[in-house]
Amino acid sequence: MRNSASGKIFLGLLGGCLAFAMGQSAAADELRIGYIAPTTGIFAQVGKDMIDGFQLYLDEVKNDFGRAQVKFIVEDEQGKPDTAVTKARKLILQDKVQMFVGGLLASSGYALAPVSTSEAIYVIPVSAADDLTQRQLSKFPYIIRTGWTSSQPSHPFGQWACDQGYKKIAAIGADYAFGYEVIGGFQKAFENCGGQIIQKIWPPLGTKDFGPYLPSLKQDADAIFTLMVGPMSLQFPKQLAAAGNKKPVIGGGTSYDEFVLPSMGDEVIGHVSALQYSAALDTPKNAEFVKKYRAKYGKVPSYYSETNYTTAQMIHEVLKRNNGKWPGGPDFIKQLSALKFDTIRGPVSFDDMRNPVQNIYIKKVEKKKMFGYDKEELWNTVIKTYPNVSQFGQFDKAEFLKQPVYGRDFPPCKFCE
Amino acid sequence: MLKSQRAKVIVVAAVLAAVAAIVPSTNAFVILLATRALAFSILVMSLDILLGFTGLASLGQAAYLGVGAYLTAILATRYGFGLGLDFWLVVVFGIIVGAALAAVFGLLAIRATGVYFLMITLALGQCVWGLAYRWNSLTGGDNGINLRERPRFGIDLAHDVTFFYLVFAFFAASLLAMYVLVRSPFGQSLAGIRERELRMRILGYNTWLHKYIAFIIAGGFGGLAGVLWAHTAGIVSPENVVLTTSVDALLMAVLGGAGTLIGGVIGAFIVFGMREYLSTIVPWWQYVLGLVYVLTILYLPGGLMGIPERVRQRRASSHDPNKLVLLPGT
Repeated sequence: MRNSASGKIFLGLLGGCLAFAMGQSAAADELRIGYIAPTTGIFAQVGKDMIDGFQLYLDEVKNDFGRAQVKFIVEDEQGKPDTAVTKARKLILQDKVQMFVGGLLASSGYALAPVSTSEAIYVIPVSAADDLTQRQLSKFPYIIRTGWTSSQPSHPFGQWACDQGYKKIAAIGADYAFGYEVIGGFQKAFENCGGQIIQKIWPPLGTKDFGPYLPSLKQDADAIFTLMVGPMSLQFPKQLAAAGNKKPVIGGGTSYDEFVLPSMGDEVIGHVSALQYSAALDTPKNAEFVKKYRAKYGKVPSYYSETNYTTAQMIHEVLKRNNGKWPGGPDFIKQLSALKFDTIRGPVSFDDMRNPVQNIYIKKVEKKKMFGYDKEELWNTVIKTYPNVSQFGQFDKAEFLKQPVYGRDFPPCKFCE
Repeated sequence: MLKSQRAKVIVVAAVLAAVAAIVPSTNAFVILLATRALAFSILVMSLDILLGFTGLASLGQAAYLGVGAYLTAILATRYGFGLGLDFWLVVVFGIIVGAALAAVFGLLAIRATGVYFLMITLALGQCVWGLAYRWNSLTGGDNGINLRERPRFGIDLAHDVTFFYLVFAFFAASLLAMYVLVRSPFGQSLAGIRERELRMRILGYNTWLHKYIAFIIAGGFGGLAGVLWAHTAGIVSPENVVLTTSVDALLMAVLGGAGTLIGGVIGAFIVFGMREYLSTIVPWWQYVLGLVYVLTILYLPGGLMGIPERVRQRRASSHDPNKLVLLPGT
């Protein structure tokens, strides 16, 4: 009667509470993500962008990935592959992370890939070392790349350069793997449609004084292709303009990326580059991202920020499909590679070598107002989009894999005098 | 306190035995760090022979670590050599290559002293770095060379604790060898050269030859450290031969106490501990390390190993102002 009714209600409530409590504790799995980026050294600003991008997403979802609590552990690699490996080992051995993310330089990527295991996979949002997802992929079953390969934007960019009517181009780029691969990809594509690379100059990574290199730039080039990273990106255009250059300048995406663009001056207006992201991408998703990022960190997001934000998003998506439970390294990789995403940089899917297939944007530096900001600033306006570009671009995959990885001397400089 | 030489030896042996016993039972990361510190300590001790015992401050010792490490890496990845019992051959080759390079560089460097010696060794070290960075086909350039596996010859060195013991054994052997060296007549001559080279020459010693031989010996030990370093780190890159690595070795030797051999080891453990361990806990670890260096140079010219001596001095002078104060080293 009344007693039993209230008794039943009470039991019912008690049962409900218990179920609720148990449900909570069962779902509170911990996902430990180790993050490796340079927070000290000459690449500290880039490292900060990388971490901020990832952290922005974590803060938005309050560290809750489909009901798994994310523990985010950041370690400093100082821009050195050696240190990156030690920190990765620390993350794996001591913090028992399920995945480690990050690594800036291509050399760090090559160093970190062997450290990945089935218990601790390596997710690569930035390091663009070509061969990690090409000829050396079979050595590393526990990695997946969510960013790009160095030569990925260069392939369509070479075609674009031919379409502009350029016939001879002199190239100058940082003397390390990333430089070789960006310029190598451009050279292959450009010479494939009738262009000629007539010079390749390699200043060491971190060069700040280009005095010894500028006078040797060939005068009969139609345009100059530059590949600069970090502090070099800021210094080179200034010094090039001061040396009186009148030729059109094009370059790799990192030469004009937003991590350095706000500090540049009018000398870079009109310079064109290619990358899978531009902060000036005029889509509602990007507009929202730029405003959010700028409001929180006081600067326009660079591709480093975007790729890490998107990577966090992708990890979240996989965890959601597993109800917050970690599916294990190999399974995570399999699930992630099968997904298609509509990200801030556009549609992204994965090819069968665990590298993204995505839009490549040809962008030109312009001074204007965007997204309702009332000051005129430098933006990388998108002037052409190449959709669905894979790491092999317009080339046949089997043929491409047969040739060696782009290096200092590959492709050989046939037209250099 | 520890006045007699025998007492000092016993204490050092006891501490080392304790390290060998305790470290393997800590966590995997500490074992990793300890292994790295021990391998690098061999280089620091070799530098101490030059710095503390011969009076030659060299800023290029990382070059010898580098050639030993690159040799190991190239042999392992390109020729599959050195991953079995032939590992011991690689050790011998590493020592030879380090010594040979020192023999060549020594001809250029030993003719100078003081600051000039410092500059020449710096330049030579940077030459090796330049080669490592640009000779892409051989060294892989700035990507370096990844060693995929450790040697296996009856015992599997991939197992971190086993490898720790191996490196420890090499370290102990090196320490013993260097100790015997500095206590020998040859070693005493080196100390004489450090104190007053002109007087040694007047006494008829060929000081150039003494210094040259010391330089070669240091190079040999550097090569050994390189072979071990290659397998400890698993990656060899131009970072291993860059100037800052040589500076690190010098700073560790000074921090611990030049001229004591074991001081360099203490310095190495402190710096590695701070750099690799403290850096994972706080972001301002570099300030701590910098402060340690500055304080050591200002107040402890004899390094950390010089502390007992200073304490003894302080005590002696405070006990009896009329008593003669013995100078250190007597």
